[in-house]
Amino acid sequence: MTVRKPAVKQIHLAALPHSHSHSRSRSSGESPVPGVDNTTVWADPRAKSQIEFASFEHLARTAERGLFDFFLLAGGLRLREHKGRIHDLDVVGHPEAITVLNALAAVTERLGLAATVDATFNEPYETARRLATLDHLSGGRAAWNVVTSADAFTGANFRRGGFLDRADRHARTAEFVAAARELWDSWTPEGVSRPFAHRGRHFDIAGEFTVPRSPQGHPVVIQAGDSAEAREFAASSADVVFARHGTLEAGRAFYADVKRRLAAYGREPEDLKIMPGVTFVLGDTAAEAQERAAEIRWQQISPQNAILTLEQIWGVDLSDHDPDGPLPAFDPDPDPHPDPEPGLMQGGVEVADPRAIAEKWRALSHEKGLSIRQTVIEATGRQSFVGTPEAVAAELEEFVRTDAADGFILAPHLTPGGLDEFVDRVVPLLQERGAYRTHYPGTTLRSHLGLADPPTEALIP
Amino acid sequence: MTSSTGRGLLHLAAAVDQPTVFDAGSYVELVRLAERGVLDFVTLGDTFARPGPDALAVLSRVAPATRRIGLVPTVTTTHTEPFHVQAAVATLDWVSRGRAGWHLDVSTTEGEARLFGRRHAAPADTLWQEAGEVADVAARLWDSWEDGAEIRDVATGRFVDRDKLHHTDFEGAAFSVKGPSIVPRPPQGHPVRVVDATEGQARRTAARYADVALLRVTSPAQAAAVRTELRGTAEEFGRDPDTLRILACLVVDLGDGEHAAEPGWGSPLFGRRRELGGGGGGPLGTAQGPRYRGGPVDLADLIAVWHQAGAVDGFHLTPVEPRRDLERLVNGTVALLQHRGLFRTFYPGSTLREHLGLGRPANQYAVTGGTS
Repeated sequence: MTVRKPAVKQIHLAALPHSHSHSRSRSSGESPVPGVDNTTVWADPRAKSQIEFASFEHLARTAERGLFDFFLLAGGLRLREHKGRIHDLDVVGHPEAITVLNALAAVTERLGLAATVDATFNEPYETARRLATLDHLSGGRAAWNVVTSADAFTGANFRRGGFLDRADRHARTAEFVAAARELWDSWTPEGVSRPFAHRGRHFDIAGEFTVPRSPQGHPVVIQAGDSAEAREFAASSADVVFARHGTLEAGRAFYADVKRRLAAYGREPEDLKIMPGVTFVLGDTAAEAQERAAEIRWQQISPQNAILTLEQIWGVDLSDHDPDGPLPAFDPDPDPHPDPEPGLMQGGVEVADPRAIAEKWRALSHEKGLSIRQTVIEATGRQSFVGTPEAVAAELEEFVRTDAADGFILAPHLTPGGLDEFVDRVVPLLQERGAYRTHYPGTTLRSHLGLADPPTEALIP
Repeated sequence: MTSSTGRGLLHLAAAVDQPTVFDAGSYVELVRLAERGVLDFVTLGDTFARPGPDALAVLSRVAPATRRIGLVPTVTTTHTEPFHVQAAVATLDWVSRGRAGWHLDVSTTEGEARLFGRRHAAPADTLWQEAGEVADVAARLWDSWEDGAEIRDVATGRFVDRDKLHHTDFEGAAFSVKGPSIVPRPPQGHPVRVVDATEGQARRTAARYADVALLRVTSPAQAAAVRTELRGTAEEFGRDPDTLRILACLVVDLGDGEHAAEPGWGSPLFGRRRELGGGGGGPLGTAQGPRYRGGPVDLADLIAVWHQAGAVDGFHLTPVEPRRDLERLVNGTVALLQHRGLFRTFYPGSTLREHLGLGRPANQYAVTGGTS
């Protein structure tokens, strides 16, 4: 099939509501989503349920109306805790991703449906089967956002328990994805099933897969993360990579680096789409947009959240500090890992170098005369795209045109209405610029993303 | 609308299994048909041992396309993670607005064990004990969020009241789970748990944890005996036996049209021959379970007779040819039972628990004041 390439590089769009439950964000720069872990504003009167199906239906239908490539659901596996108590400040509680996506397949027709599935506390056979089933039931719209769990804290909910060190975690994930692909390849397109056997360091499994080859052959694989291992894994195995780089320059550097790595695996640059997670705030004027952005930040960082954020860096109890007062005068605990201090949040932010961050924040606070809450607001994940719909459309287009990204995963700050304004006001402008599709080119997520189907020549028995 | 004998309401369920069908449309069609028959619920079997889609996924896909009927997938407990299983079942309850059930089953073969490579096959009794632990921890996790835990209190900046969230701290023989769940308490409190109570340890697990027990028996006398035993065991476990619904499983083959498989089957008297399952019209013991072959009218008689005798609370029917037999079941058997005033003509409630006449369970942490 020959595809006529549009004159202007096309933008891909996706949505990630409820980014709060993504437990892998790090203040060290690996955060796949902006902000700490509280980007969803719940205090706004327009904020509705984060668990009722109606909310997901609204978001997914809006994303499909906006011709988005896919809708991504995050999925933490343990509620975050702070000082041994359950964290109570942010939106918490979410449905199991694959199950909701199967239900959303009934109320959408083209939208890709992406589930976050942890490779540390799941098994390849069951995961491959559930994803292949989603691909069948949705007519070829399934995707898998592969993540790894970092800690024994999460493991306390699972038979396997415990945790894996960093290197093993990545090795298990890579082997997990490879094993899943072996299972998906164990049926030929003609419906012939052959026994599989996979023996590796982490998995020794064999038998017959129960699901025939699904419409996409392999569901789309999405990979989050920015470390060297993550980049290498993305280059070798992912269809979409999901990382965040705030500036055009940082985005271009990441883009060039990851695309360059593809050749080593016999892949072409267009075989992997780079879609950073971003936020947006719109206004009728630039000033209004800035004002709204500031309001949102103020809502996201409540006084209690400001203190909590500091405690995650300082590693000690700071509940006696006034959020409207100055930063602590003393230095943070230099090494709260691997045995976290009681003050550190578990299942939340992993702080790379607390002292360096503290120094930076103190300088910022001193320079601008900011309180604790103002400093946290100023220093942590600002909204990525703020402006009039025209300005935001132009900026998004520039990122993609100049190879800082292939598209974006939008994290709205409101459920369920947070995408409406973007779809109604920005999407038409992108279309006018010729930078965005006016209809879905096909029925499968692979076709939306312009990805080839996985080869089947090797599958003929 | 209780039956004239004073027995409880008649409950009917049907299997919508279609081996090797992976297309959503045909499941939606079958479940809508069953819903037109006002059945309590549909089941969809699942196993890692032979081809078939993930059953919970299929019924999640069906949920938004239906309105009232209960949706009961099989989800096995041997190689799966209890924490994931309870989250998925709770989510099915959320997406169906209170219509989820869960048919627990175990994986006994070495072949299934090899697919996971984590443990060897184990005896069924051991696995059923483990299934009981999974049922137990699932209920605790469903309770780990009290109703109303989400407070959205702007004044104190708290989204949830952490005093209404609870660690489960479950320590079983096979696994432990810290909790709480990641999914808020589902609409039904506890989705409906279904267990096939035909054999061995499964019967004890059913008596202790099931809301619906399935029996594969060929006579009402057998059914009544097991029912008495199940209710007795349930009571020993401290349960009110009236919170357990007992359904007889029947594979139904309605392919022979209207003719009666055995003349005179409509008689309310039980012949010895029928109790032994020897007649062509009564259920016949087969490898797939008791099987009925005949017309929809005689099936209605059989259902009415067993139910009025107090042998069972209802039936779980597995059509041998789903499209054909489910259609005959709904338009023939169910219509006749309705006509005789033995079966409902509309859903009086909206949740599966309401269809089954089961209350919404109290939260064990709220009741005992368990600590977070």
